[in-house]
Amino acid sequence: MNPKKDLLGTEELTTQEIYQYLDLADNFLEVLARPIPIVPSLRGKTILTLFFESSTRTQISFSIAAKRLSADVVNFSQATSSVKKGETLLDTARNIEAMKVDGVVVRHSAPGAAKFLSERLEAFVVNAGDGTHEHPTQALLDLMTMRRHFGRIKKLNVLIVGDIAHSRVARSNIFGLKTLGARVAICAPPTLIPVEIDDLGVEVFYNLDEIIHDFDVIMALRIQLERQQAGLFPSVREYRTFYGLTKERAGRMKAKGVIMHPGPTNRGIEIDPDVADSDKSVILEQVKNGVALRMAVLFIHAGGKIE
Amino acid sequence: MSNILIKGARVIDPKSKLDAVRDILIADGKVAKIAKVIRDKKARELKGKGLIATPGLIDLHCHLRDPGRPDEETIETGSQAAVAGGFTSICCMPNTEPPIDNEGIVNYIYKEATRVSLCNVFPIGTITKGRVGKELTEFGELLRAGAKGFSDDGDTVADNNVFRHALEYSKVFDVPILEHPIDRNLAQDGLMNEGLVSTRLGLKGSPAIAEEVIVARDLQLAKFTGARLHLCHISTKGAVDLIRKAKKEGIRVTCETCPQYFYFIDEVLESFDANYKVNPPIRGEEDRQAIIKGLKDGTIDCIATDHAPHCQAEKELEFANAPYGMIGFETAISLVIMELINKQKMAWSDVIEKMTVNPASVIREKAGSISPGSVANITLISPGETWQVAEDKIKSRSKNTPLLGKELMGRVRNVIIKGVIKYSVKS
Repeated sequence: MNPKKDLLGTEELTTQEIYQYLDLADNFLEVLARPIPIVPSLRGKTILTLFFESSTRTQISFSIAAKRLSADVVNFSQATSSVKKGETLLDTARNIEAMKVDGVVVRHSAPGAAKFLSERLEAFVVNAGDGTHEHPTQALLDLMTMRRHFGRIKKLNVLIVGDIAHSRVARSNIFGLKTLGARVAICAPPTLIPVEIDDLGVEVFYNLDEIIHDFDVIMALRIQLERQQAGLFPSVREYRTFYGLTKERAGRMKAKGVIMHPGPTNRGIEIDPDVADSDKSVILEQVKNGVALRMAVLFIHAGGKIE
Repeated sequence: MSNILIKGARVIDPKSKLDAVRDILIADGKVAKIAKVIRDKKARELKGKGLIATPGLIDLHCHLRDPGRPDEETIETGSQAAVAGGFTSICCMPNTEPPIDNEGIVNYIYKEATRVSLCNVFPIGTITKGRVGKELTEFGELLRAGAKGFSDDGDTVADNNVFRHALEYSKVFDVPILEHPIDRNLAQDGLMNEGLVSTRLGLKGSPAIAEEVIVARDLQLAKFTGARLHLCHISTKGAVDLIRKAKKEGIRVTCETCPQYFYFIDEVLESFDANYKVNPPIRGEEDRQAIIKGLKDGTIDCIATDHAPHCQAEKELEFANAPYGMIGFETAISLVIMELINKQKMAWSDVIEKMTVNPASVIREKAGSISPGSVANITLISPGETWQVAEDKIKSRSKNTPLLGKELMGRVRNVIIKGVIKYSVKS
């Protein structure tokens, strides 16, 4: 299969394309278990990670993935506010083009920023999060984790709890899960649910206690204090009371149900520490799978060869 | 000034209900005669066969960025673009830098327009000083200088009491208050229409209700004060329904929409092309259908362009940081023909009325008609001719239109203003 130049979002991916990433990621997980966890696939290729929003884990995860494939990695990070106008993204694109890198992993606060770069660069572009739009590698590593755990995605019951409206992780997961035939539901106060989301085939709930027993996967999202300041919910305490994954709530989940979180967690807010560290939690497994999945993404888009 | 004789064009004059092939003789800047056959050997002859002759188009709503942003547009380049789009009169909105809130700036605009000597440029004054929504401007002095109406366009007059006073005070002069109806708090700096598409794209939405609550407020205040209200760039079904009901009640309200609201739907934003970023935003299909229905049943009186030039560097930012607006003079009549005439099968006369006599009556201008004795402002259109929108052919100084490279149907051939040919393009 001839891959598209870029990975901008899961909305544009077919079932086949998703499984291609997941299958290859499973193979790379084996590579990572070796004493010397490195393959020469991308030797001589240069990958630039370009982060305009602070993020440690995702950038590190991509960097390690690239190094495990023997690529040269250049990391750049500069947190800029969305309205700050210094060097424009357009100028950045032109400079990158002049420096001839093979691939760019970009995170930016503006939806569409990865697409903007992809249309102006010959290098392939991987979206590592564009504002509240998409974060496809996070969703793919979540799908990988679910598949490894349950052996399938189809008909899996997945519930996403939290700030859906401002979450690129939620969007990318919804698109990917729906494409693979999972049952997807969301639960949050209506102020954190984007309009018409039910048209994507997603079930919408407001009351977590009434439905928590019904899901194989519960994914909690990070709640940001600025949403409270914007008047979208009254207080963190009230949020935790009704939507926090407490030990008591986790105890009412399906016996084989798992808890996921894209990180970083607000311990004691959307998820309690003893739940995050419990055997129901697969949070660290997600992080581990993330490196293998990002290796698969870089490999496919950089045109890597199996040696 | 030599006479001009337009031979055998289909003359559409909504005011006199004329829609027939006629010859038009123009002498001394006026329409001298309209008849089946006119002979005048001394007159310059314009072939009208296959063309449509309409009264010169009138745009109630455009931004010329003059004074303030000559890198984006000036009265000169804006007039060139307007004439190329078939407009013989345009009303420029006052959100300039500084805003049109005093006589001096109105005088400047007339002086520039006279120097440029293309179309009529009618300034709209601000409702409030500095366009900040607090104190009323000197309506009387601005009108005496030549302002044609008042608007804080770009912003709603948020304070209900200030808006009440604006409407009341306007009654002294019987002038229209042209309102930009979008509630700033509900719109929340939304980047596109709030709906399924904004949910998918993760772009902050500006909901239809942000427009509708202000339309509802404005209609109530218009009813209460008895003043003349004109609602700008209507884009939602709810707003059309409210206006339809208000008209039945006898409230003195007129309104306009723009081609972008009956031609595009919000799915175009999937491209993240900032040229589609406008305010109010391009809405969904249900709203678009309601706009078309409102045009058909007469609820919507006028078609304006909301021509809003922006320099390329600003539109080539991330979508969230790009300014709102698209240029519209040079593509308006094509979108009208393609959508309203060809697809929706509206009658030419009903459409042209919304671009001539109706806007003229909002600003109380004796214009928008071709009849013996009227000022000879005439636009000749080749309705079936296709053309490509090319960046280097656009007359506007700014090129921010999503239609670049697209093939459109319907083209302006000649524009006559006060009996002088101001624009011509060969077939």
